[in-house]
Amino acid sequence: MARAATTADAFNAIAEPRRRQILDALAGGERPVNDLVSLVGLAQPQVSKHLRVLREVGAVDVREVGRQRLYRLNGHALKPIHDWVKSYERSWSECFDELDAVLEELKHKEQGDGNGDE
Amino acid sequence: METVTSSGSAVVTLPNDEQILITREFDAPKHLVYEAWTTPELVRRWWSGKRGTMTIAEIDLRVGGAWRYVMIADGGFEVGFHGEFREIVPNERLVSTELYEAMPDGDPAVNTVTFTEADGRTTLTLLPQLASKEVRDMIIESGMEGGMQEGMDLLEAIAISLR
Repeated sequence: MARAATTADAFNAIAEPRRRQILDALAGGERPVNDLVSLVGLAQPQVSKHLRVLREVGAVDVREVGRQRLYRLNGHALKPIHDWVKSYERSWSECFDELDAVLEELKHKEQGDGNGDE
Repeated sequence: METVTSSGSAVVTLPNDEQILITREFDAPKHLVYEAWTTPELVRRWWSGKRGTMTIAEIDLRVGGAWRYVMIADGGFEVGFHGEFREIVPNERLVSTELYEAMPDGDPAVNTVTFTEADGRTTLTLLPQLASKEVRDMIIESGMEGGMQEGMDLLEAIAISLR
């Protein structure tokens, strides 16, 4: 598979399950890489690689405190994806609400309640 | 605790580069959800949601059979989709292709729908497998183009195209 776009694409950055795990962990607050290594259960080089991808799309910021590098979530970079997903959800939810009404009717018909006039 | 009567929300997740997963629970047994999903007169009543009016719903429910949905969106433009069924397990699972008619040269998406029943309720999953990561990116990006408000019509057209 071509990997060219990986680092430039926020959507791709969060499509990888391990990276989502890292983002989830960072949602709880700023953490050093060692914490992430034990939380995600990958070796440090792999975690660092994922962090690099996340940093390149702006989803994660890093700062140095003494000898430690602390990573934190930058939700702003992910907001467009969040918005898109929410809007897509809303559009489906509206259809499914209509489908609920159809299903209620089918259930009533099947249970034969009310009018046997068909 | 979930309430039994209220309608649930669709939950959308992004399993990988080329897929979008939509999940929703219905307060009805799966054979009825399947019936509502595959019967043209019933599809007409829900598929366009609040966005417009469905003018065509054709379903030839057999492997290799064609389907076609067209709606007039509230903005006045026509939105059409068609495809064919690849796999049919009644009340359980449907696999069909889907092509957005405004982009007839595109590769069709492949949609998998599953119906799973527990305690008289049905969980429906819809998994559009897009032709490529590029198609998905295009969908996401065009949806976000010009901000969410201005992009709404386009976004809706595109969201529908994933069905």
